[in-house]
Amino acid sequence: MIVSHEWLKQFVPHTRSADEVGEALSRHCVTLDGIESLGAHLRDFVVAQVVEAGRHPNSDRLWVTKVDDGSGTLLDVVCGAPNVVTGNKYPFARTGTVMPGGLKIEKRKIRGETSNGMLCSARELGLGEEHDGILTLDTTAAPGTPLLEVLQVADARLDLDVLPNRPDLLSHRGVAREVAAILGGTLRELPLELSEPLSELPALQGDTGVRGGQASVTLHEPAECSRYVAVVIRGVTVGPSPEWLKARLESVGLRSISNVVDVTNYVLHGFGQPVHAFDLARLAGRSIHVRRTREGESLVTLDGVARALPAGTTVICDEERPVALAGVMGGLDSEVTDATMELLLEVAHFDARFVRRVRKAMGLNTDASYRFERGVDAGDTLRVARAAAALIVQVAGGEVVEVLDAGAPPAARPAVMLRPARLARLLGAPIPDAVIAQHLRALGCEVTAAGEAWQVLAPSWRHDLLLEVDLIEEVARLVGFDALPDELRAFRPGTAPDHPVHLASRRVRDLLVGQGLAEARPMPFTATGGTDTPRVINPLAEDEPYLRATVLDTLARRAEYNLSRMQGNLRLFEIGNVFTPRAGRLPLEETRVGALLMGARRPPHFSEPEPPAYDRWDARDLAERMAAAAFPGAAVQTQPRSVGDDPGLLWTVRVDGRAVGSVQQISLDKPVWASEAFGVEVTLGVMPSDDLAPPGRNAHAPAERESGATRAVTYAPLPTTPAAEIDLALLVPDGVSAETVEQALRRAGGELLEQVALFDEFRGAGVPAGHRSLAWRLTWRHPERTLRDKEIDGRRARLLDLLEQELGIRPRAL
Amino acid sequence: MILSDYLAQAEALARDCRALLDGLDPDTRLDVAKGQLNALKDDRLNALQGALRALPPEDRRAAGTAFNTLKTTIQDALDAFAARLAAASGTEHVDLTMPARRSWRGAVHPVTLVIDEICEIFRELGFTVALGPEAETEWYNFGALNFPADHPAMELHDTLYLGQDTLLRTHTSPVQVRTMQRNAPPIRVLAPGQVYRRDFFDATHAPAFMQLEGLAIDEGVSFVDLKATLAEFARRFYGATRRVRFGPSYFPFVEPGAQMDVEVDLGDGKGLRWVEILGCGMVHPNVIEAAGLDSERYTGWAFGMGPARIAMSRYGINDIRVLYDSDVRFLEQFAR
Repeated sequence: MIVSHEWLKQFVPHTRSADEVGEALSRHCVTLDGIESLGAHLRDFVVAQVVEAGRHPNSDRLWVTKVDDGSGTLLDVVCGAPNVVTGNKYPFARTGTVMPGGLKIEKRKIRGETSNGMLCSARELGLGEEHDGILTLDTTAAPGTPLLEVLQVADARLDLDVLPNRPDLLSHRGVAREVAAILGGTLRELPLELSEPLSELPALQGDTGVRGGQASVTLHEPAECSRYVAVVIRGVTVGPSPEWLKARLESVGLRSISNVVDVTNYVLHGFGQPVHAFDLARLAGRSIHVRRTREGESLVTLDGVARALPAGTTVICDEERPVALAGVMGGLDSEVTDATMELLLEVAHFDARFVRRVRKAMGLNTDASYRFERGVDAGDTLRVARAAAALIVQVAGGEVVEVLDAGAPPAARPAVMLRPARLARLLGAPIPDAVIAQHLRALGCEVTAAGEAWQVLAPSWRHDLLLEVDLIEEVARLVGFDALPDELRAFRPGTAPDHPVHLASRRVRDLLVGQGLAEARPMPFTATGGTDTPRVINPLAEDEPYLRATVLDTLARRAEYNLSRMQGNLRLFEIGNVFTPRAGRLPLEETRVGALLMGARRPPHFSEPEPPAYDRWDARDLAERMAAAAFPGAAVQTQPRSVGDDPGLLWTVRVDGRAVGSVQQISLDKPVWASEAFGVEVTLGVMPSDDLAPPGRNAHAPAERESGATRAVTYAPLPTTPAAEIDLALLVPDGVSAETVEQALRRAGGELLEQVALFDEFRGAGVPAGHRSLAWRLTWRHPERTLRDKEIDGRRARLLDLLEQELGIRPRAL
Repeated sequence: MILSDYLAQAEALARDCRALLDGLDPDTRLDVAKGQLNALKDDRLNALQGALRALPPEDRRAAGTAFNTLKTTIQDALDAFAARLAAASGTEHVDLTMPARRSWRGAVHPVTLVIDEICEIFRELGFTVALGPEAETEWYNFGALNFPADHPAMELHDTLYLGQDTLLRTHTSPVQVRTMQRNAPPIRVLAPGQVYRRDFFDATHAPAFMQLEGLAIDEGVSFVDLKATLAEFARRFYGATRRVRFGPSYFPFVEPGAQMDVEVDLGDGKGLRWVEILGCGMVHPNVIEAAGLDSERYTGWAFGMGPARIAMSRYGINDIRVLYDSDVRFLEQFAR
């Protein structure tokens, strides 16, 4: 909402600066987005009078003039305007003045004649497009008077961020009311510049309609239009607006159109009440019907667009056809033109939800619909209508000949009780009773004492004051939030523990950062999807309408982004949510961590100029560590893929036997120089989304907390005896897995076998085709004594026998 | 002294020092060698330094240069002696200026850095972390939070819908309702999380972004508690001398509704200025009732803020998209 400082003064005369008003509003009422000073660029210009004007000796287009700028000395000024007239006054830039475009006026010679300044056109001053000549000032001001005192352009624009709860601030009178309540001062119901008295002609009234001598109004849909005031004005002269009216509209960024139209805009921005002026002569039957459309009706609106009206939409019609979109925009055919002499001024109250529906259906957002949707003061319709009519008579002449008032004013609102004790408890500080009452009255509330409480009747323009807390807020903001104390007071600790997924995320994040990975937070939508991915039904960008099913998919796209920027050493991870659709419920939502590795395992060093690239075994280790960090104390396993699994899958990550993730080789759209990419994805937890309890109910339950006891490690006493080690190189036929061999070794190794570690794989010389050589180091230890060589040899022999029998595996001859 | 004498004396001293060190037995310990060298050079070096001032001004530059060269020459000769000594004794001479064998440095995303810092401050003030789903029902996202149906207030949130009554949450505030339904008061939680808006992805907007919510509910919790806790947070986050102020604002789920501004220097040369940091207010009684609590007995306050905006101003990021692009050259700037 753009508010003009000068316009505000029409409703609450005061002498404070725009900055003071802005500060007061922002502290007590509404966010101030900024203050723009209007006309500040014209501060140095003055009124000057041309005393003498003659042709330039060396040009047919130029004039040489003598100008009185009030300094006491007549100045020689060369001027190129065709309309320079001796005796007239014009805006004048003295030497040294900086023009709005940045040009500095200096004393110079123009075709041999000295010029000490410049007479200016409207366009040169940034006051419009007029450039046919210099701007003639119709003023009695003496030469030397600052131009800003003559032109009504000095003003300040306050840009207020009015939120939907305060439609009463969508007008100058509404904002002025707040200024008066905050800074003191008396609110004027009518602006100072309205000099015409309001018509005292009695209004003809009727609940569903009213017929007068000049026109008639019928309300067929009272739910959507509860009140319709029509004022008939005869004998108007449509023409340009006076300067003061133009200045008002320009001060809020509106263009002047004609005196009648300008008044409707003045009333909308001044009082917050949309007003529409019909050319009465062009309303068939001189009547207004607020009725539903019939099949096939249409309307050309003021913007020139022909709109088909869906049947059943409530619109404003004359005897024959629709003439305006109620609460949104008027029709072109009944628009006021230069020839209009008879007006029907519509000042009506339309239902907020109804206007919102029509506005959305028509895709037409106007200043009027914006206000009706948020709520216009229904208690002031008739008086605003009379004020609007008086303004029209003031600027366009004519006479009010009839006032029709159909419908009923709104019913009185129920009273709200305000308990000062409740206010003190909620705010944390008591406010004296008298202060409470004073602030509420300043806002227009009727306040009466009722025992321990105040009984408060909110004014008709405050639809938002329905509950006790609404009144507490009013008092708090007028007292000022900053005036309340801010000492830290004692509190009780909460009952909700940290969410387990949050804790797991933190542990995994710490691990991955420690491992040299960088956290990414990419956009979680994907371009491709299907029945197994939820789709946003109203995406703004059609290229990525799906929610993702995996984090690795997102990371893979980010890897490609980096590769296209020549970055091939990538260690990225993300912790985020993924979605699976469920019929009739919210999607299943899981929080997952994904990690992607590709490129050099370490930065290059002089000792290792080309470090090896990450491979699957790095990914497997990372997966096991991620799972261990996410599920402390649980048994973590990475299980190789089975036949028939997706070939990209390498291992399934299991925690206590439950599958929680995978290790994958990631296929990327990548350049030849890039290494293989490997990914790990682990589910940290499900994010339950079912309703916890029906609306208005709770489902309180004792909190489940992770306990350190469940993660405890049992201490193993350190060995006191030496270990015995042997290395075993075995020729393993293809098709036999290392795991199978290792299990056999453990089985046959006996209970003193402490460790089995695979340390070499070899194919080539000395190894028969169809085989590989795998070498294990086995460690035995007796808890009480040193094992003898003979005992180890016996174990070795037994192992080799068993491997030969069960798996056909022989030792590799060295 | 004249310049030519000065230069000759400097040259002689350099020659003598080299001769001394060259002539030493290779078994001589380094400290012994140094002692002999000092005995030879100290007095003569001091004399040369003193003589500088006695020279005519036009000669001082040349003499000074010679003096410095002399000192370097002596040090180099000593270093060379030490290196010969090390080589002779079999110990390796290591060039310790060579770089470390580095491992990759991991990095926390800047938005996470901000969230972690905020959570840490509030943890000291008694807050734990709560989470909730990103796909929500209309009731948890709007209805329970006192958004009037079919009202312009809904337009403050351009919503991405998944179905008739299901949507991507437009704020983290549904976590307030879920927490109050699940946990009995007293409640003190923070809820960081991803939220969604129907916005184009440009330099200043993103359709998905992080938000951070806070909620405190108990008997007797007041606006003073809100002010005190949030002002304390601001002082710990921005610095103890920062000024903080509270002004009116509107969110359907709080009343009184407020915003907190902090006086900060955005580093753009314009000095200190008020910047809105967060929205806050007393939890609306309708919200407390919707979550199944008695609003006469329990009161509370809540706030919400945008860690991405804070990260942008803190780290001087002017295009929000770099936070999402995941360019490693960006992410690794935040390496630990």
